[in-house]
Amino acid sequence: MEAYFSLFIRAAFVENLALAFFLGMCTFLAVSKRVETAVGLGLAVVTVQAITVPVNYLIYAYLLKDGALAWAGFPDVDLSFLGLVSYIGVIAALVQILEMTLDRYFPALYNALGIFLPLITVNCAILGGTLFMVERQYNFGESVVYGIGSGAGWAIALIALAGIREKLKYSDVPEGLQGLGITFIIVGLMSLGFMGFSGI
Amino acid sequence: MSDTRKVLIDPLVDNNPVTLQVLGICSALAVTTSLLPSLLMCLALTSVAALSGAAISSIRNRIPNNIRIIVHMTIIASLVIVTDQLLRAYAYETSKQLSVFVGLIITNCIVLGRAEAFAMKNSVGMSFLDGLGNGLGYSAILIAVAATRELFGAGTLLGFQILPLTSDGGWYEANGMMLLPPSAFFIIGGLIWAIRTWKKAQVEKPDYQIHEVHRTEIY
Repeated sequence: MEAYFSLFIRAAFVENLALAFFLGMCTFLAVSKRVETAVGLGLAVVTVQAITVPVNYLIYAYLLKDGALAWAGFPDVDLSFLGLVSYIGVIAALVQILEMTLDRYFPALYNALGIFLPLITVNCAILGGTLFMVERQYNFGESVVYGIGSGAGWAIALIALAGIREKLKYSDVPEGLQGLGITFIIVGLMSLGFMGFSGI
Repeated sequence: MSDTRKVLIDPLVDNNPVTLQVLGICSALAVTTSLLPSLLMCLALTSVAALSGAAISSIRNRIPNNIRIIVHMTIIASLVIVTDQLLRAYAYETSKQLSVFVGLIITNCIVLGRAEAFAMKNSVGMSFLDGLGNGLGYSAILIAVAATRELFGAGTLLGFQILPLTSDGGWYEANGMMLLPPSAFFIIGGLIWAIRTWKKAQVEKPDYQIHEVHRTEIY
């Protein structure tokens, strides 16, 4: 239990996908103009991440890994080179299913998330989470925790940045730095701040 | 300027994918702690962007519109797998350093964005050049950032000592922050500032205009 908790804290804060590994930066910078939309996207990412990482774990462990097909009578088959294509397929399919389920059963949430759901397919934080899970050889329980933790960390960073940028609209920024430039510098400072978590 | 040259040269500064269109930032930041992995990354991304542009453009009239994203993804993912396997075969150590970021070229918005915006509407040759140009524009930023970080963070370039470190009896005190994630943000932020000071047209309009208020107006 304690190991899972520390993994969660590490995934969410110390190894924050957005601020330490720069994953999902495109969306991170594009959708952080208002807190409201940031919260919507953050929720969507946590949900998708919490589902895709464990599902991709099952695919990796029972279909792709070296010798994983032993249960089907092919002990010598190594399909791990097909990893990338299958993960992205799983992510695209899951996002589609999630979209349809939400549309059918939770229309309010579906409307709140709007355009962000389909965009998540191409969010590198999602694929990155899966690839880190494979690289670090997590087991099933760990991959569930890692999925939730890394998604939550990404969402926290996004919402925090949106809060800062809302205030920033009223400040007098040098001409060339307006918009993108100053955002980068803020994210840099946030990333410095998040490094302070590395002690825990 | 002829069309062909424009397609190739435009993305370098005027329409740079990283600093103007804000695409493909993830890997631009993550792999830039030293120059060698960055160079490999540029090579990988440029070849994937160019080849996927050509491949998608060659079948653009046969892709049904509503499943085009999945078709793009599959083509890009296959090209990335080939690249990944090649890197593992010929540059194993560096490919270890790049860890997951070669795989993440699949979701790199530059590749998908160019496929969607350019390759679906233009001929094979032009799409190839467009991919090449955007790859080079990305590479230019990546190499600039990586060179700065490696030079000031470790005093080396491509592993060769340029600035002798104090720890080896030289005069240069290594700036440890350059090797940490935040410095990449600062460098790109500064780079954007520099480019926009040079090319005024790229400056973004502020949401609110700030007026100078004189004392007399208040009282």
